Amino acid sequence: MNIQVRYFASIREALGPAEIVPVLAGTTVGALRDALLAQSAAHAQALARGRAVRAALNQVLCDESALLTEGAEVAFFPPVTGG
Amino acid sequence: MSVAPGSHLDALPRVSIQPEDFDVSAECAALRRGRTDIGAVVSFIGTVRQSAGAHALSALELEHYPGMTEHSIEGMIDDAVARFGLRAARVVHRVGRLLPGEQIVLVLAASAHRKEAFAGCEFLMDYLKTQAPFWKKEHVGEQSHWVDARVDDDAALARWGLSSSNASAA
Repeated sequence: MNIQVRYFASIREALGPAEIVPVLAGTTVGALRDALLAQSAAHAQALARGRAVRAALNQVLCDESALLTEGAEVAFFPPVTGG
Repeated sequence: MSVAPGSHLDALPRVSIQPEDFDVSAECAALRRGRTDIGAVVSFIGTVRQSAGAHALSALELEHYPGMTEHSIEGMIDDAVARFGLRAARVVHRVGRLLPGEQIVLVLAASAHRKEAFAGCEFLMDYLKTQAPFWKKEHVGEQSHWVDARVDDDAALARWGLSSSNASAA
């Protein structure tokens, strides 16, 4: 199945606003991040383990154990700084 | 809120994300219009601060996650209404390029008595700072950098019994 992945702020500047990524059903958000890390040097840097990267699944903040389902929208972004 | 369907109050949005500036008096008047159950309104206005560093801020750029921003703040308002018995609340947050001194964010909290309105307003700001998907970029001359999240803001939310690790290292 295909997942839409969106990026914001510094991660968007590094990787672009969005991409479609094929994943197996039952993949977690963390496993998706790992797969993306292996995709390019830019991904490896922007999404590196040890960097502060937050995730949302279907527009709700989530942790990396969240399970992906058909049609899901995942977003990766740095810590939020609004207000 | 117990407002009859079809009432003009029903049509008032609780959350607006917009590039345009906002009029605090007009927002406050709109929130209170036709209401006699409100005894207190507290407003918070966040503005663009020219930081005290060596280089003066020339502009602040605000990015957000359309859709998620609105949903998340709607959820925060539901939470604030449930916790503090707010009678009405409103959040306006600007996005795009803002200059020093400009308004960024407005939070209005209305209740029967002042204590709940003060608490609800502060709760909404603490929540928004750590959970709503906005990102600030500071422009200083030709340079620009993304603003770092603050651990202090996570601590502020913790006072309400909500944990946040937004500013954690990883």
